[in-house]
Amino acid sequence: MSAAGHHRYVSTDRRVHEDRRFVAGKGQFVADIDLPHTKHVALVTCPHAAARIKSIDKSAALKMPGVHYVVDGAELAAATLPLLTGLDTPNVPRRPLALDIARYSGEWVAAVVADSRAQAEDAAEAIEVDYEPLPFVLDAEKALEKGSPLVHEAHGSNVLLDKTFVWGEVDKDFAASPRKLSLRVKWGRSSTVPIETFGVVTSWDPWREILDVYASIQMPRYADQIGLALKIPTSSVRVHYDVDVGGSYGVKRGIKNTVLCGYLARRLNFPIRLIEDRLENMRGGDAHGPERLFHVEVAFDDQGIVRSMKMRALENVGAYAGRSPFQLGKPIGAIVGPYKINSVEYQAIAVVTNKTTQDAVRGFGQGPTNLALERCMDEVANVLGLDPLEVRRRNMIRHEEFPYLIPTGTTYDSGNYETVIDKVLANTSYKDLKAERDRLRGEGKLAGIGMAACLEPSGGNATFEALLNPAITTSTFMDSCRINIDGMGAITAAMHTTSSGQGHETLVGTVVGEVLQVDPDTIRVTRPDSLNSLPSGTPVGSRMAIMLGGAAFHAAQKLKDKLAAIAAHDLGIPFDRAVYECGEVFDRNAPDKRRSWADLINIAHRNYHRMPAGLEPGLAAEHIYQVPTGGTLPTKDGRVQMYPCFSFEFHLLLLSIDPDLGRPEIVRYRLGHDCGTQINPKIVRGMTMGGIAHGIGAALYEEFAYNDEGQLVAQTFMDYLLPSSHEVPMVEIVDHETPSPHTVLGQKGSGESGYLGAPAAIANAINDAIRPLGISINTLPIKVSKLGDLIADARIKKEIE
Amino acid sequence: MPIELNVNGVMRTLDVESRTTLLDCLRDSLDLKGAHAGCEHGVCGACTVLFDGVAVRSCLMFAPQAAGSTITTIEGVTPGPGELSLIQDAFCETHGLQCGYCTPAMIMVAHALLADNPAPTREEIVEAISGNICRCTGYAQIVEAIALAAERIRGVNRPRSLNR
Repeated sequence: MSAAGHHRYVSTDRRVHEDRRFVAGKGQFVADIDLPHTKHVALVTCPHAAARIKSIDKSAALKMPGVHYVVDGAELAAATLPLLTGLDTPNVPRRPLALDIARYSGEWVAAVVADSRAQAEDAAEAIEVDYEPLPFVLDAEKALEKGSPLVHEAHGSNVLLDKTFVWGEVDKDFAASPRKLSLRVKWGRSSTVPIETFGVVTSWDPWREILDVYASIQMPRYADQIGLALKIPTSSVRVHYDVDVGGSYGVKRGIKNTVLCGYLARRLNFPIRLIEDRLENMRGGDAHGPERLFHVEVAFDDQGIVRSMKMRALENVGAYAGRSPFQLGKPIGAIVGPYKINSVEYQAIAVVTNKTTQDAVRGFGQGPTNLALERCMDEVANVLGLDPLEVRRRNMIRHEEFPYLIPTGTTYDSGNYETVIDKVLANTSYKDLKAERDRLRGEGKLAGIGMAACLEPSGGNATFEALLNPAITTSTFMDSCRINIDGMGAITAAMHTTSSGQGHETLVGTVVGEVLQVDPDTIRVTRPDSLNSLPSGTPVGSRMAIMLGGAAFHAAQKLKDKLAAIAAHDLGIPFDRAVYECGEVFDRNAPDKRRSWADLINIAHRNYHRMPAGLEPGLAAEHIYQVPTGGTLPTKDGRVQMYPCFSFEFHLLLLSIDPDLGRPEIVRYRLGHDCGTQINPKIVRGMTMGGIAHGIGAALYEEFAYNDEGQLVAQTFMDYLLPSSHEVPMVEIVDHETPSPHTVLGQKGSGESGYLGAPAAIANAINDAIRPLGISINTLPIKVSKLGDLIADARIKKEIE
Repeated sequence: MPIELNVNGVMRTLDVESRTTLLDCLRDSLDLKGAHAGCEHGVCGACTVLFDGVAVRSCLMFAPQAAGSTITTIEGVTPGPGELSLIQDAFCETHGLQCGYCTPAMIMVAHALLADNPAPTREEIVEAISGNICRCTGYAQIVEAIALAAERIRGVNRPRSLNR
C-alpha cells in the first residue's frame, strides 16, 4: 500500500497508449476481420409483440443466389443448451432463436447464411413465417396483475424475482420519525447504445477442435458460456481478446449471437460473421437497459435527518432474463448513498414483459437507485423549507467516520464528501449560483438548481448474485497479470480480456512502469487469447483500475523482488541490503557495489551458476488478484460486503427552461469527483465527461419507447436520440483524491462516474425550476414534448385560478 | 457496374454492385477499414469521409454516385506508417477519444473544418462535430483536440520573434 503522490508515472499527465492506433483508423474492430471464405448471417425477426410460430417456410430463401443455409429455433434448440441466466427459473429458458413462441417484437426467429450480407438480407425477407399472434403485456405493473398474459406460461407468473430485505429496525425508525414522505420515481428504458453494434466472427477447425471467436465483447465468463451452450469444452473455445471493442459501457453481451454463429460455424464448416445492423441491435440485440419503477418512502425529522428508507424497485426486464434481474442487486452495496440512513427495507422485483431483453448497463442499476434516493433528498428539503444542499450536508457521512458500515453489511472504504462539496463551491459560491437562477427567473425563464451526491461502488465484488440467488456461492472475483522480462531485457505484460475504450493497456503499462521504475512507453502490453489467459473478471463494475491494476502491481513487485534477490546473491549481501532503483540494484551500505539491468538479465537468463539456490531461471511472474475485502458470502439476514471501494461524485448544475417550448438548457454544470488516486488523469476525465453525457441522454432524450401494439418505436437514431456536442455542456470538474486503503495505489473505480449522478441532478434541477408552477416530474426521460405539455397545462391552470 | 474514383490520391477502377454504399465499397473493395458503420442511416457520422473536400456520410451514398470524384479517408490523411498528422497528434494529446470507433470520422470532420477555418471558435468546433456522435467522451476532449490542432496549425512556420 502506498499513499497518493510521489509517483513517477501514476497520476501524471501521460498520453494514452492505445490512442495512436485509433486516430489513424487502425484499431482492429470485429467488422475489420476478414477470414477467407467467410459467410454472412442476417436475421429473420418477429413482427409481433408475442406470437406462436406455426411454421417457417425456408424454400424460397434457399433457392436465392448465394444462400447456403437457414437455421430456425427448433434446430438450434435441439443442438445447444439454453443460455445461462443466473436465476433459478428453469421454465424461462433464453435461446438465441425463438423456439415455438416469439416473445417480443424484433425477436430473432431464424437466421440466413449467405455469401454476402446483402444476399443474406434479401433471403431473410423471402422466409415466410406463419405467426399466430398472442396476448401480450408491456407494462411491469400490469404484468404483476392477476390475469395478465403470461410471457412464459410454464413459469406460472411473470415474476422472475421478488425478494424483500430488511436491514435494521425499519418499523421502529419509521414510528419514531415525525415526518414521512413517499415518491414514485421512474427510470425510463434506456441504455448506453455504443456506436459500434455487437458483432462476432466464428470459425471452427474440426482437426484441432477449436472454435475461434472474434467478438466486440465485454462480458465475464464469455468463453464458459459459449462452451456450455455449444456443449464443447472451454478448452475448445478460443476467444481473441485483441479485438478492439467500439464502445460497450456494459451492453456488449452478445452471447446469443455467438452461440448462433458458433453453432453455424461447426455445422457448415465456414467462418461465420454476424455484425448486427442498427435495427437488429436496437430491437433484438443485447442493447436495452434498466426500466425501473420505484416507490420510495423516507422517514425523517424536522431537521431533515433521514432515519430510515423503504424502497420498492420494480424492474421490467423484458422477455427473458439477461443480466437485468441482478441489476437490482448491486445497488444494495450503496443503497443509502453517502448518507447515514439507519435502516432500510428493500423489495426487489423483476418481471418479464413482451419487450426486448435487457442486459447490463453502466453502473449496473446504481444510476436508477441514485435517482430515487436523490429525488427523495430534494423533496425532504422541499417539505421542510430547507436548502437541499444543507439537508444533504446534515445527513452525510463525515470524513472522520470512515470506514463506515452501512445497514446492508457493506463498509465504505474512505471518503471526504464535505471537502469535495466545498471544492465545488470554491470558485463560484452557492449564493452566486442561486442569484444567477433568480436572475433567469426574473427574465421569465423557468430556472432551477439541481444537485446529486452519490457513490460509485467499484471493484466488482458481485456478491449480489449470491444475495439474490442463494444457489450461487461465488465469492471469488479476480483479475490477473503476467509479466515477462525477456533475455534482451524487454518487458511484456499480458492482460486477459478485451477493452472498449478504457485504456487498459495504458493502465498496465503505467502500473508496471511505476513499480519497476521504467518508462511505461517501453513496456509492451499484450492480450493473449482465452486459451493462453489467466482468469479475468473482465471490465465490469468499475473494477479494472483496482483489479487489473492490482494484479499488475503485484506481478511487477514479484519481479522487482526477484531482481533484488539475484543481485543480492551475486553481490554477496543480505537481501535486505539490496536496493532496487530504476532497474539497477545496489548495496545500501556501499552504493558503488551494484548490478546493472543488463547484468541481472544476463544472470537470470544465461548464468544459472550465478542464480540463488531455489530460484527459477528467467524473469516471469504472474499474479491472480482477488478483490480486496471480498471472499465472504451473505449472512442469513442478507448482509454482505459488496465492492471494496466507493468513489464519490457531487453534481451541481443550473438549468433554464424556455417556458413556451419546454426546452431545458444546462447553463452551468460543475462536478466534484473523488475516485482516489487517478492512475491516468486523461482517462479519468474522459470517463467522467462521457458518463455525464450518458446521464444527460438518460435524463432528457433517450428512451426505447413502445407503442400500444408492442412495437418498439424508437429503433433508429432518428427516434432514439443521442446527445450531440450541442446537448452536452461544458463541465467544470473539480478533482479530489481520497485514497482507498484497500488498493495498491489508493485508486478507486471511475468507469461509471458521471452517469451515476447526472440524471438525478438534472431531474432535481428541472423540479426546482417547475416547482413555482406547483408541478413536479419524476419520470425519465423528461423529454421536451412531455415537459412542454406539463408546463403549458400548469400555466393555463394558474391563469384560470 | 464499373466506376472510377480517386481515393486518397490514387485513381481506382472498380466493379461494384449498383446498390453498394460508398462505405461498403471503401471497406470491402478497397480494404480501407478506417471508416466505420455505426447506424447506416446517416445519423451517427462514424462513416464520414471527405468527398471533394467536403465531409459526407459514406453510408448514405452509393459507390456509383461517387464515380469521378475525389475521396479522402482517414488513411489518406495519415502521413505514413506509424506517423501522425498534426490533427491526429492533437487528439492523442488531449485524449479526444476512448474506444476509437467514431474517431477517424471526427478527425475527418476536423480536417474539413480547419481547411476552411484555421481559427474556429469553440462554438464553431461544436457545430462542426455536432453531426458526429461520440458515446465515450462527452465531446469535451474532442473539442479541445480540434482547438489545439488549430492553434498548432496557426503556429506552423511562424517566426519565433512573433511568439511571446
